Amino acid sequence: MLRFIISRLLQAIPVIFIVITATFFLVRAAPGGPFDAEKVVLPEVKRALEAQYKLDLPLHEQYFAYLSDLAQGELGPSFKYPGRSVNEILFSGLPVTAELGFYALLIALIIGVTAGVFASLKPNTRQDYIPMGLAMIGICMPSFLLGPLLVLVFGIYLEWLPISGWGSIPGDKILPSITLGAAYAAYVARLSRAGMLEILSQDYIRTARAKGLPEWQVVGKHALRGGLIPVVAFLGPAFAGLLAGSFVVETIFQIPGLGRFYVQAAFNRDYTMILGTTVFLSSLIVLFNLISDVAAAWLNPRLRSQLSGGGQ
Amino acid sequence: MKTRQALGGLLRTLFSTVIATSLMACGGGESNVLEGNRTGILHYGNGAEPQGLDPHVVTGVPENHLIRALFEGLAVKNPITLEPEPGVAQRWEFSDQGKVITFYLNPEARWSNGEQVTASDYVWSWNRALHPQTGNLYAYMLYPVKNAEAYAKGEIKDFAAVGVKALTDTTLEVTLNAPTPYFIQLMDHYSTFAVHPETLLKFGKMTDRFTPWTRVGSMVSNGAFVLTDWALNRHIKMAKSPHYWDRDKVSLNGVVFYPTENVVSEERMFRVEQLHYTAVVPLDKIPVYRERPNTPYLQSPYLGTYYYLVNTDRPPVDNVKVRQALSMSVDREKLVRSVLQETAVAAYSITPPDTLGYYPPQVFSYDPDKARALLAEAGYPNGEGWPGLEIIYNTQEAHRKIAVAIQQMWKSELNVDITIANQEWKVYLNSVSQRDFQVARRGWIGDYVDANNFLDLFITDGGNNNTGYSNAIYDDLILQKAPRAQSREERYALFTEAETMLMEEMPIIPIYTYTSKHLIHPSVEGIYPNLMDSLNLKYVKLHPEQTLSGEVN
Amino acid sequence: MTTLQASEPVDLLEHAEQGASLWRDAWQRLRKNKMAVGGGITLLLFILMALLTPWLAPYSYEAQNLDLGASPPSAAHWLGTDVFGRDVLTQVMYGGRVSLAVGFIATAVALLIGVTWGAVAGYVGGRVDAVMMRIVDILYALPFMIFIVLLMVVFGRNVLLLFLAIGAVEWLTMARIMRSQVQSLRQQEFVEAAISLGLSPAAIIRRHVIPNALGPIIVYTTLTIPSVMLLEAFLSFLGLGIQPPESSWGLLINYGVETMEEYPWLLIFPGLALTTTLFSLNFLGDGLRDALDVRGSKD
Repeated sequence: MLRFIISRLLQAIPVIFIVITATFFLVRAAPGGPFDAEKVVLPEVKRALEAQYKLDLPLHEQYFAYLSDLAQGELGPSFKYPGRSVNEILFSGLPVTAELGFYALLIALIIGVTAGVFASLKPNTRQDYIPMGLAMIGICMPSFLLGPLLVLVFGIYLEWLPISGWGSIPGDKILPSITLGAAYAAYVARLSRAGMLEILSQDYIRTARAKGLPEWQVVGKHALRGGLIPVVAFLGPAFAGLLAGSFVVETIFQIPGLGRFYVQAAFNRDYTMILGTTVFLSSLIVLFNLISDVAAAWLNPRLRSQLSGGGQ
Repeated sequence: MKTRQALGGLLRTLFSTVIATSLMACGGGESNVLEGNRTGILHYGNGAEPQGLDPHVVTGVPENHLIRALFEGLAVKNPITLEPEPGVAQRWEFSDQGKVITFYLNPEARWSNGEQVTASDYVWSWNRALHPQTGNLYAYMLYPVKNAEAYAKGEIKDFAAVGVKALTDTTLEVTLNAPTPYFIQLMDHYSTFAVHPETLLKFGKMTDRFTPWTRVGSMVSNGAFVLTDWALNRHIKMAKSPHYWDRDKVSLNGVVFYPTENVVSEERMFRVEQLHYTAVVPLDKIPVYRERPNTPYLQSPYLGTYYYLVNTDRPPVDNVKVRQALSMSVDREKLVRSVLQETAVAAYSITPPDTLGYYPPQVFSYDPDKARALLAEAGYPNGEGWPGLEIIYNTQEAHRKIAVAIQQMWKSELNVDITIANQEWKVYLNSVSQRDFQVARRGWIGDYVDANNFLDLFITDGGNNNTGYSNAIYDDLILQKAPRAQSREERYALFTEAETMLMEEMPIIPIYTYTSKHLIHPSVEGIYPNLMDSLNLKYVKLHPEQTLSGEVN
Repeated sequence: MTTLQASEPVDLLEHAEQGASLWRDAWQRLRKNKMAVGGGITLLLFILMALLTPWLAPYSYEAQNLDLGASPPSAAHWLGTDVFGRDVLTQVMYGGRVSLAVGFIATAVALLIGVTWGAVAGYVGGRVDAVMMRIVDILYALPFMIFIVLLMVVFGRNVLLLFLAIGAVEWLTMARIMRSQVQSLRQQEFVEAAISLGLSPAAIIRRHVIPNALGPIIVYTTLTIPSVMLLEAFLSFLGLGIQPPESSWGLLINYGVETMEEYPWLLIFPGLALTTTLFSLNFLGDGLRDALDVRGSKD
């Protein structure tokens, strides 16, 4: 198992390196630069700006300069927010987005796994349709629809919950977490239902049932472990996706998170910011994909024995 | 085990928040507005997160509001009339036929660290604002000053040659290239503000853009408020400055600025009394607010024009008759009435009406019959043989609505095929500057109240011309004749002549004049409608007895 | 356990020869599932409506009546009109054409690439698997927005490009899910038996692995379609893909949300159309999954 993890971590190095390199050149190839504005920038001013950000150097020199800064953990100054470094902006937004993503995923797991497991026990009955139908609401209602709806009902008409902000008014974390989590709840519900059905039809479950084990033990001890493999495989990319994809929710609820910076950096052609967020997110994606692969392997006894070199 | 504990803790937090919130809802927690009215704090919706607070580095409307609360210029604008009034300078004198201005600084003017604001601070700051290495996007604001442009372009190395001198601590002499009627107005623009030299030098070179001198605890400013807190994408807090020379007139104890880039969310924040003031109002909410008694909605004409750029080198719009036909078949009044919900004024020229007493000429009107005739003369009778035309705009709901409505007007009046395409912001800017378009949406907001700021857009090869329009007579009127005019009447007559030419050749299709739109809580006094949407927080007062519902508290 | 091992090769042969009867059995089972049948019929109706829209739509989709503006449902306009005075029913019908086409085509692209990629990686394993999955990681991490802007600049605006761009993004998760399925199937006795019988890897993947992984694939496909439709709305909103006055359900909802208090019908009707479609799709997907579940049916 340890060897597997180490080899995957080693593989991550070229992955991240390719991502950085590709992003660096892709970003420069995109039309429009960081200093383009509605009112034209005088040529003398533009030259001065380019000199301040070293954009006047040949592209390959900029690239190597960036790599050497990166090796020292420096992501450079932001183009859009002069006076702030990319490091600083990332670390101001990260805790917020991570917290939001964590609550959202928790909500998704609680709703999704419960609905999916219940549904799988009696497929094609009311016990299947009702929880699944409820879990589906999240995916049939995109967050740009669900968010404003929740705000309108719970924030404006009922006046139960704050409608914007993060951590400044008690309770302002509830609506954004639900909004972001709802979309993922449906995924989790569907994947766990399908995974459970798959497992419940397996021979070893039938054997367990035939042995007369109580149903909760069959489900809880034997089926859940295998039935949730697809969910676990999904969780890794989902969490990384949550970080990048929280943009819509962060905008609706005016949350000072990373998602907004990630998307706006691309719109602003804030070169250092795009690279910084990408480096950061790609490391996270690699890490979470690895964690979910390890977890899936651990849940799957056959794979586990293979990974730990046939022991057990 | 650890995860289980963490989970338990998390669940407890979740539940306790839910409980706390429901308790709060029952108890009726105090809104920002109520609390602010009690403590003298204004809660201000400021549009977007500002790029920064350095007056010589940043540009933009949200930045403008923040910087003008923190700093004060030599002269400020009267919030009602927009006429210049004393700021850091108590008074100023013109000499040498208006080419030399002497500013007499208020000896009581103080930096927020208690030091006096001196004339040499201005010389240092203008050096920074103009220095070729600073990269100040608004350096051109100071170009009326003698040799300023040459210095900014690096043609002159010695700043002593630039027409600004500190005669004493409180006397600043500015020498201009030519009499510039609007120069005093520019003293209220942040690019001409003074910064505190010692503070900047503590963090780096004069021309550095990146230093943290604008951070809480480091920043030294000279305005009515001082910076007390800046949480990225959350809020910026300011408190009344104890050193400001006119502090007795400042009523607010502080201001909290919120980045509110989502206009729909901003309106909701206003509705639940999280904000006293909104940067904008969503279009579709306006009729509802208008009907309310004692409405919080405030709309006033704004110094800006919304228009379509026409690329005069691309067929079919290289033909002036086609351009005229297109312009004449836009029913602006109907557009304003329906799509724009009466939040704009139909425009038939580039300069907004009543720009310091100047009214633009109207050389054409909505006339679909004449438009069809012109199109036939241009070789496309009833749209036959029309090669197609594309409108581009940058992705935004308001621009989409205008484009969709105009597309249909042109189709139904002229029977021509029109496509529209939205582009991401930077792609759009690139298309416009490379002139890779036929028709493109554009807006221009005046930097100062003068027709010159609109008309000099269209001089040959002007950076913001983008149409390919070039006319030597027009250039001569704007660049040579108008600046030398002896009187306001003569100057305006020359502008009228130039603008008439422009609208006959139609390199742009004017659509409407902007308005500024805000929701303002009834407890707020001292925000007046004006052409520049200019607000001086120094004059703002809060009256807690006024409530949103109109009932007395 | 001994009985199981003995029965697998027989089962395997049945698999190989019973292709036709497998589908027939599945169809029989599907017909009994009321929710799935209901979902299927609803979906068919929507597709039919989309195909026949040019003949069925009561108005031209671009005809405006600015003086009328946004008006609630009436006899002349069953679902009301939008701010331009355009008929909402017509907008929803034309929007459905775009949304359904994007939903099905882009998902098919994603399905094709993702399933193949994941199946090969999972089946072959080892170094090939590592390289293939690291490519997936790289594509996950590239900044999507910049990628889209570049595509737009290089290829110009094009609806086909939209399908491609969406498909190119959506296949990644599909590949990961497929791979993990194949990996666990690869260990199953009947696959090992097939290998020992000397079947070629391609045949094994086609005949045994993919049919057995169909359940999760169908489920994930039904999940991909909604996210594809919403991605289309987002991209169109940014300027890639369809351009006004053309529209899609996602775009209509996007516009409708902003005015949901003033003109709720602009949100409700496109929202209903999208939600109904997605619900139908999911119930059909579930039904299909259950119907095709070979082993489950033995109970």
